[in-house]
Amino acid sequence: MSRRKHVTATINGESIEFLCEPRQSLLEVLRDLLHLTGTKEGCNDGNCGACSVIMNGILVDSCCVLGVEAEGSEIETVEGLAKGDKLHPLQKAFLEHTGLQCGICTPGFLMAAKALLDKYPRPDEMQIRHWLAGNLCRCTGYDKLIRCVTIAADSMTEAQHEQS
Amino acid sequence: MNNPEPAAREFRVLGTRPVRPDGFDKVLGRALFPDDFYLPNMIHGRFLRSPHAHARIKAIDTSAAETLPGVRAVVTGADFPHIDNVMVSKGTAGMVNIGDIAANCIARDKVLYDGHAVAGVAADNPHIAEEAVNLIRVEYELLPPVMDVRGAMAADAPVIHEDSLPGAFIALTKKYLPNASRLQLGSGDLEKGFAEADVILEREFTSSTIHQGYIESHVTTVNWDASDHITVWTATQGPFNLRYHLAEVLLLPVANISVVPMEIGGAFGGKERMYLEPVAAMLSKKSGRPVKVALRRDEVLRATGPSSGTYVKVKMGARKDGTLVAADLHLAYEAGAYPGGPIFLGAIASTSRYNIPNIQINGFDVIVNKPTMRPYRAPGAAQSVFAVEQIIDELAHELNMDLIDFRMKNLTKSGDLLVAGFPCLPIDTVAMMEAVKAHPHYSAPLTGKNQGRGLAYTMWFGLGEASSAQISVNPDGSVQVLTGSPDLSGTRMTFAMQAAEALGIDVEHVTASVGGTEAIGFALPTVGSRTTYATGAVICEVAQEVLKQMSARVALLWETAPELVTVNNGVFRNKEDPDLSMSYSEMCEKLFETGGPITVHMTRSPQSFIPGIAVHLVDVEVDPETGKVDILRYTAFQDVGKAVHPDYVAGQMQGATVQGIGMALNEGYFYDAEGHLKNTSLLDYRMPTTLDVPMIETVILESPNPSHPFGVRGCGEHSIIPPAAAIANAIHDAVGVRMNSMPMAPHKVCAAIKAKQTASNRRLRGQT
Repeated sequence: MSRRKHVTATINGESIEFLCEPRQSLLEVLRDLLHLTGTKEGCNDGNCGACSVIMNGILVDSCCVLGVEAEGSEIETVEGLAKGDKLHPLQKAFLEHTGLQCGICTPGFLMAAKALLDKYPRPDEMQIRHWLAGNLCRCTGYDKLIRCVTIAADSMTEAQHEQS
Repeated sequence: MNNPEPAAREFRVLGTRPVRPDGFDKVLGRALFPDDFYLPNMIHGRFLRSPHAHARIKAIDTSAAETLPGVRAVVTGADFPHIDNVMVSKGTAGMVNIGDIAANCIARDKVLYDGHAVAGVAADNPHIAEEAVNLIRVEYELLPPVMDVRGAMAADAPVIHEDSLPGAFIALTKKYLPNASRLQLGSGDLEKGFAEADVILEREFTSSTIHQGYIESHVTTVNWDASDHITVWTATQGPFNLRYHLAEVLLLPVANISVVPMEIGGAFGGKERMYLEPVAAMLSKKSGRPVKVALRRDEVLRATGPSSGTYVKVKMGARKDGTLVAADLHLAYEAGAYPGGPIFLGAIASTSRYNIPNIQINGFDVIVNKPTMRPYRAPGAAQSVFAVEQIIDELAHELNMDLIDFRMKNLTKSGDLLVAGFPCLPIDTVAMMEAVKAHPHYSAPLTGKNQGRGLAYTMWFGLGEASSAQISVNPDGSVQVLTGSPDLSGTRMTFAMQAAEALGIDVEHVTASVGGTEAIGFALPTVGSRTTYATGAVICEVAQEVLKQMSARVALLWETAPELVTVNNGVFRNKEDPDLSMSYSEMCEKLFETGGPITVHMTRSPQSFIPGIAVHLVDVEVDPETGKVDILRYTAFQDVGKAVHPDYVAGQMQGATVQGIGMALNEGYFYDAEGHLKNTSLLDYRMPTTLDVPMIETVILESPNPSHPFGVRGCGEHSIIPPAAAIANAIHDAVGVRMNSMPMAPHKVCAAIKAKQTASNRRLRGQT
């Protein structure tokens, strides 16, 4: 076991310090060291997307990033989506339009969809399918998930129009 | 009881779409799945698994692992009590062999599949545990592996078990060959039937071993305390089964074991059997600390689930007018390392939707050197239906009949005797056929080259059996529903809705939760499309008793006889005094002064074998160069009885359909000749992604189920059955080839197209 490294990162807007072994993945750091267990482990080898987080604006599988690589980075996880008691429009859509069943893949899908909407606020169905293709869901058959992203995108655009 | 005919009934709550309360924590990342659970002083377990498919264990040396710093306990099979082969009843859900369950959790003398657990280690963190596992030395004597059903049934096949008892998953089988047991179903006179037939087709089909593919791995935390009480925190479909099996394997009283069910990240049949708990418990006992074990994905694929690969031979005959007269089915299903695969369900699902007067089914439960086959959503059905619905399609083409008209001619209706030996319970199969024929998809033109349309029909049977429910009514009017049925996909909501409907109150007043084995009475696992139906039916009965007790309280307050108090839609009235009434909430406020809050608990066993039916209609386009099949349009029709929460019903249909599409086109285990599983990641075990499937249109039919007070049927499994057959029929419609092997992967479709071209070229050359 090598010596643990000191890492500083911004997680959901908060500056966080932690000590991790070089072999520990960001997923393991988030879950086991920081107890941010919203990010899920599905396969631990980059194939299911359950551990998706946004790192420096880019969607990543946190199981494929080392904890030490997080030094100086900005990380967004599912725990940072809602603002106080106000759900993110994606969370609201997933809830109200049955975008989840068992819920284990949900945080990963929410983060993948957020990364998409951050970049393309009005995606078409094919864009949504491409951006969510790195996330596996075994319960929903994807139909309602994809509709939820469209519903969230519409409601966010509407809210923006109301603001302007 | 206050229940008019289900069909005529107007519902207040059923059929609406409230938001599930557990959903909030799930979108916030706060829901507690077993891997999100930590105890003070908890350590982490890992397994050593066999690299061989079939071998005898000569010696195990754990000394190096035990001395690695940070290792707290090491166990092997020798640490466990010897468990004889003994069959234990599970009611209509069959029997289980406790000796087999024990040996599957940790091998003793022989390893029977690649990935069979051989030893367990617990250490301060999973990395150290993994390092320690790699330090254990095992000496094996290799034995020849048996990797497919036909090989296992051959005369010279190596014998996998010297002594095994025949499998009994729902129905008993009889020992037939060293590696296979058999069940036989049938009626009529096969020879006479085929003699009456104008067209007879005989075809062979195979399918690969497949996995349920839940995204959450198996994770458990076990604490064996100083008074020999064991607590298990895990995600399981069957907390009570887990408790019984763990008690039997460890030779402890059942009452010493508590199972606390947690959120469950997908199961589909693959989480109703115990895998990790005996080893985790023994590690906890040895170390004196709570032990968490989380399987890696490769372990999930190598050693849990999967579901049977098959070899199926079907011969069917029909008269010119389209009447089916005879069917002879040979179904050989993998049981995996231990007997008890889904052969009975595969057999009854194969043909029950049609009346075939002369039928014989020979079903074989075949032991092979693969993991023990476990249920996967409508266990065994898609494989036999893949065969039979293709032959039905071919017969309809041969006889020049419309696909629906041909099926209509042979349709099983309520009361018809099924091959399983009992009559079909009420369901409107004719309405289903009419709905399909009337749907625009059925007659929409196909617009491109190499496009085709396929259809498949299925009848599946939902279980009833034991469920428990408890309803507590509080003085503030809030109601708690507690059941022993784990929630895989929203059943807490569908329970709350049924309780609200039965009590005549708004669903907002009702919360539903899943109780541990100490909190609630025995229930069969959440399997077999039984939970919303069977546990729901028990909730309705409990609600009636609650209303009866509340009416008695009202009678007390009104100083009248309880029989004179009626209740409807949350209002109590006096039969003799129409002006006298009391609302549900007024009654609740008076609970303390009339004897205290009301709690009613019941365990009941609703009717089993509730039929449910589905038709799937699919358009595909086949690329003749690559063999890739694209799905262009998909419509799933399913009769679910009263749809409690229509969005959840649609979600069940869509999810099952896409699993069926995965099975049809991509998914399958690859073993090498030595029996090593080669595709142990989710990259190589290729499940459908968003790019592989279209939107799935759902059409919900609601012919009422008289075994449930509101007419509810189970709906979870049925739609996984038709996709493979429907897609195979669509491929034939598109490019004229019959696919006899699942998955219908591009290379197989390509080979079939090439073979057809070669054959037709040969014919052309012969003509000139």
